[in-house]
Amino acid sequence: MKGTVLYKWIVIITIFLTQFAFAETITVCISCNISSLKDAIALAQAGDTILVKKGTYKEYNIVVDKPLIIKGENYPVIDGEDQGEIIRIVSDNVTIDGLFIINVGTSYTSDHAAIRVVRSENFLIQNVVLEKLFFGIYIEKSNNGKIYHNKVIGDAQDEYNSGNGIQLWYSKNVVVERNIIQKVRDGIYLEFSDNITINENTSINNLRYGLHFMFSNDDLYTNNIFENNGAGVAVMFSKRIKMVNNTFRKNWGTAAFGLLLKEINDAEIRGNVFEENTVAIKVEGSNRIVYSNNNFIRNGYAIKVLGACYANTFEKNNFLYNSFDISYNSKINDNVFQHNYWSSYTGYDLDKDGLGDVPYRPVKLFSYIVNRTPETIILMRSLFIDIIDFSEKVSPVFTPDNLQDMTPKMKRY
Amino acid sequence: MLKILKYSFFDLIRSRWSYVYLLFYLLLGCVLLFLNNDLSKAVITLMNIIITLVPLIGTIFGVMYYYNSKEFTELLLAQPVKRSSIFIGQYLGVALSLSMSLIIGLGIPFALYGLFQSNEIWDFLLLLVTGAFLTLIFTALAFNIALYNENKIKGFSYAILLWLFMAVIYDGLFLMSLILLESYPLDTLSIGTTMFNPIDLSRILILLKLDISALLGYTGAVFQKFFGTGFGLVLSISVLSLWVILPVLNIYRKSRKKDF
Repeated sequence: MKGTVLYKWIVIITIFLTQFAFAETITVCISCNISSLKDAIALAQAGDTILVKKGTYKEYNIVVDKPLIIKGENYPVIDGEDQGEIIRIVSDNVTIDGLFIINVGTSYTSDHAAIRVVRSENFLIQNVVLEKLFFGIYIEKSNNGKIYHNKVIGDAQDEYNSGNGIQLWYSKNVVVERNIIQKVRDGIYLEFSDNITINENTSINNLRYGLHFMFSNDDLYTNNIFENNGAGVAVMFSKRIKMVNNTFRKNWGTAAFGLLLKEINDAEIRGNVFEENTVAIKVEGSNRIVYSNNNFIRNGYAIKVLGACYANTFEKNNFLYNSFDISYNSKINDNVFQHNYWSSYTGYDLDKDGLGDVPYRPVKLFSYIVNRTPETIILMRSLFIDIIDFSEKVSPVFTPDNLQDMTPKMKRY
Repeated sequence: MLKILKYSFFDLIRSRWSYVYLLFYLLLGCVLLFLNNDLSKAVITLMNIIITLVPLIGTIFGVMYYYNSKEFTELLLAQPVKRSSIFIGQYLGVALSLSMSLIIGLGIPFALYGLFQSNEIWDFLLLLVTGAFLTLIFTALAFNIALYNENKIKGFSYAILLWLFMAVIYDGLFLMSLILLESYPLDTLSIGTTMFNPIDLSRILILLKLDISALLGYTGAVFQKFFGTGFGLVLSISVLSLWVILPVLNIYRKSRKKDF
């Protein structure tokens, strides 16, 4: 046994040493022989490390065409001077680490990015700071990479002439973790990208969406914070997306929502916090989704259902102080509500099993009326509306009579 | 007139009911702030209360005061005093003391809570202004009802009916007309309809100032465009003033001709 362990160590050390023996470190600094990143890349062999010292490098259209580790020391500035794209990676196994990239050119015909990865595998982009950008990190048909701990700070003013923070297009198995993205169009945008993991990112103050899925399947996003975006997260035309423990906060405005689900099937929404959004979750044509253990706190609408949504389950959620708990526009209900806590529940629990004895009807008559005739919202908070809501609660006529929580919790989770 | 106003005012100030009313608002303000710990939420809840309760109290108090002080009024009428100044003086006495209770009762707890340092001060001021307007309007309407009806029971029923109509039934009719006419553009209709009811007008004025207005969506945006501008605000304040002036003018006209 001892022999095998020793043997393993020898192998590991040998591999390490051979790596080291071949890989060289090329240093780039303003006063060195090599004073530009482009020259360094031209000189470098595959597997080398390029160490960029502190300073300002005015360069753009840098093409990384061999496996390299480009590492910045004390955040050297790469200034693109608004000329166009800055770094393009076209080789496998490239690492970009610790650069400060500014002034990406704006173009309406090509999407200039600060860092673009094209048809490459195993990339790693970490500790990069991007400012004054058009597109931030653009991953194009590239798989098995990681985007870790970057900071993207845009200054987008209008949707039509701004780009996305991190964009993945036809890419698979990418991990996006611990990034901070502010003030761009879409914080993170996924199109035709499967098996993506999005973890612990912070996406705030973006013009459009904090996170946006299009035609992307089997993705997972957890522990992210989406705050004060035009709208929090939009998940469209995608299957089997898992959304766990995220925070959707203050997506407030006439057309804002925390989470939009459009044509989504078989998703799981668990343990998220929705706080102070105009609409916490807006659902359109989405089936077989499980909503569990979420907190809906002080939203305008907690859940707004438009169009055909079947076989969804809402269980063990907390609905706290929302103006409307559920808005529902159809008379047919095929969704299950169970074991939720509703702050506006007024029933009693005589058998002391923790569940109310009277079912709770989350759809108010007023929200039904507003769905039919949107102009009637102007009567919100009028005494008359309170009265008809009350009478509808006592004996439902208009709202679907099987849309009810038969087992409402008495205490919040 | 000023003398009568002063008399009515101090008479009411000394009466138990003004204190009860004042205490009620004091308590309400304190409890709301204590429970909510949040000025803007407290303003929303307060709005709900103000737009229903203030008109009710204004109407009932107005009618009650008129009938109660009838003997005194008749005594005054025997003196060489202008009729209109007697009634207008009494009206102003009631309306002003009620508004004062409202403003002081709500103002003290909110001011102590740190209203002046917060951004909610304008919303709160708007709330108080509309509250005062509603008091003036409904007291004037109540005086009108009382002037037209010698019979107390009848007067009271009309007063309650008036409140019920403005606070509840009107919105019901409004809602029904909106649903019936849903295939037509309804923006102008709904803006127009709110103008004809001071309670609705106050409700929307306050609602649009609070961040909850985002809930109103597209309709809210239309209203925001109308009421949010200086023109809209001036217009709605003048409509509210018209709601005060017209009934008061009617009190003036009726009291001159009325036979006692």
